[in-house]
Amino acid sequence: MIKNENMRVISQRKIAKTIYELTLEGELVSEMHQPGQFVHVKAGSGFDPLLRRPISISSIMAEEKQFKMIYRAEGRGTQLLSQKNNGESVDVLGPLGNGFPVEAAYGNGGRVLLVGGGIGVPPLFELSKRLSAKGCSVIHVLGFQSKDNVFYEEEFSRLGETYVVTADGSYGGAGFVTDMIKRLEEDFPVIYACGPTLMLRALEAEYGHKKLYLSLEERMGCGIGACFACVCHSAADPDGHSYKKVCSDGPVFRAGEVIL
Amino acid sequence: MNRLATNLPGLQLKNPVMPASGCFGFGREFSGMYDLNKLGAIMIKATTPKPRFGNPTPRVAETSAGMLNAIGLQNPGLSKVMEDELGFLDKYDVPIIANIAGSLVEDYKEVAREISKARNVKALELNISCPNVKEGGIAFGTDPQTAKSVTRAVKEVSQVPVYVKLSPNVTNITEIAKAVEDGGADGLTMINTLLGMRLDIKTGKPVIANGTGGLSGPAIKPVAIRMIHEVSQRVSIPIIGMGGIASAEDVIEFFYAGASAVAVGTANFVDPFVCPKIIEELPLLLEKLGYGHIAECTGRSWKKNAQTAYHRA
Ligand SMILES: Cc1cc2nc3c(=O)[nH]c(=O)nc-3n(C[C@H](O)[C@H](O)[C@H](O)COP(=O)(O)OP(=O)(O)OC[C@H]3O[C@@H](n4cnc5c(N)ncnc54)[C@H](O)[C@@H]3O)c2cc1C
Ligand SMILES: Cc1cc2nc3c(=O)[nH]c(=O)nc-3n(C[C@H](O)[C@H](O)[C@H](O)COP(=O)(O)O)c2cc1C
Ligand code: FES
Repeated sequence: MIKNENMRVISQRKIAKTIYELTLEGELVSEMHQPGQFVHVKAGSGFDPLLRRPISISSIMAEEKQFKMIYRAEGRGTQLLSQKNNGESVDVLGPLGNGFPVEAAYGNGGRVLLVGGGIGVPPLFELSKRLSAKGCSVIHVLGFQSKDNVFYEEEFSRLGETYVVTADGSYGGAGFVTDMIKRLEEDFPVIYACGPTLMLRALEAEYGHKKLYLSLEERMGCGIGACFACVCHSAADPDGHSYKKVCSDGPVFRAGEVIL
Repeated sequence: MNRLATNLPGLQLKNPVMPASGCFGFGREFSGMYDLNKLGAIMIKATTPKPRFGNPTPRVAETSAGMLNAIGLQNPGLSKVMEDELGFLDKYDVPIIANIAGSLVEDYKEVAREISKARNVKALELNISCPNVKEGGIAFGTDPQTAKSVTRAVKEVSQVPVYVKLSPNVTNITEIAKAVEDGGADGLTMINTLLGMRLDIKTGKPVIANGTGGLSGPAIKPVAIRMIHEVSQRVSIPIIGMGGIASAEDVIEFFYAGASAVAVGTANFVDPFVCPKIIEELPLLLEKLGYGHIAECTGRSWKKNAQTAYHRA
């Protein structure tokens, strides 16, 4: 169930250039069941900034009633969020949306590939934790702009083989995640991905025939399916009026379900 | 004592607070969060004869204390709305105000004729003020004669009272208000969004794919107050006020301006529980201000004989 709660800041940590990891505590955590869901965060009090910010759940610690999110402090809202200190509270609405279907990876043989780009990397962490806990062998390919932006390499490495690429070649492999996947020369029956739309399109073009799950990003109003801000066309009806809402039908879709 | 019960043409309201059209879908999403029976009424998303996909994304952009939207009247079309959405809402004891839109007068008539037959639709809200579609919408709401004739056409076919939703994107809103009153409108709802634009600092291009969008939220509240203040003194039909309402204090301010009920739009995105919260707070605020009933607040800003609450006490 969707709840609204003022959650307590347990820690706020800068983990890369402009990237923060925020740990929050509260009852709302008991509603979080699926990796890839997100929360809608009110960064400041009052009317400016007015709208909530959608941020993925990156790690769920159910027993402690805590969860983590990892975000880039860029605009006004996320910058305000990055100024929250331990003990202060953050207004959170969630959990929202439908996340990654973990079961899809069971019993397919082979390794499960997780592909992340930039601030699309965070939700893959909880996903990887769950897949690993179920005995799946997981491999991560994570793309970043440049060396300064890389985060969570170690954390992912503990769960499975991890390859980092940077667009400018300043760290790890040079180029895009798709280049790295080709270099691995391995057949992955199940792939989960989250990142910029261009990355998702490239993955769909190459691996759309596999079990490929993509987490989309779109500008949001309500975040709960009421305002029609975040719609995309259904792939079955590209010019028609059938649609999916990224916030409440997604953000995760099977490749081929919607037009990217 | 019930300080909130309000009677308007076609509408017997438990309280005068309702979600505004387009900011509440058809209620489903919110029904999982609180009991919709708490609401005075529900203004559902604009309905057109045929399904509409709406505009390309991005459809929204944040602004200072507000937002722009260019959804483009996306909706599943008249028959789906009647079967699925109104059917779903029928289990609640809440009057529905159906927001209707179209490109041609015929479209408005078609939707009005059918949707006003639904058991729970107690009034229509004639949307002649949507700034986000190329045809229809606002084109009907900016010329007094056109506004009057579409109002009259809809009145002829509707089974329930008709409220006309006014656009603030005009020089003389009173002129339009008087024209639709002449056309037979039973009430007014105001205001719809103000046409605006935001440009991306990196690309230099509009943030919203449609280019322009409608501005809503706390930023437009003073504009709404001014327009309701002006119009309510010149017409004799009731006004449902909207534009930036986010608290019980805001509601009272709209009543003072001249509203007899209010709708809450954008604030639902910021706090999905805002409507029941306001409804809960209103009686306490009225008590504090010394009013026996919220209707006593209507038009206080301009009514000559209105004593202040403290005088009377
Ligand atoms: C489902 C989902 C999950 C996300 N998960 C994460 C995450 O885990 N970590 C992370 O860093 N970012 C994530 N994002 C992107 C994040 O929402 C934006 O970076 C953030 O809203 C920008 O806010 P701001 O205050 O920095 O920018 P501002 O420029 O102040 O934002 C202005 C408006 O535009 C919206 N906006 C700006 N950029 C985006 C964007 N890329 N996507 C959607 N809305 C945007 C804002 O929400 C706000 O309404 C996610 C987006 C979605 C849709
Ligand atoms: C996302 C969004 C969608 C809207 N859709 C409609 C609509 O379909 N029909 C309509 O008459 N008004 C629509 N409106 C206008 C609102 O009903 C309301 O008049 C306006 O937003 C001002 O109120 P607010 O500041 O409380 O949001 C929409 C507003 C928003 C923000
Ligand atoms: S953000 Fe409102 S419907 Fe998705």
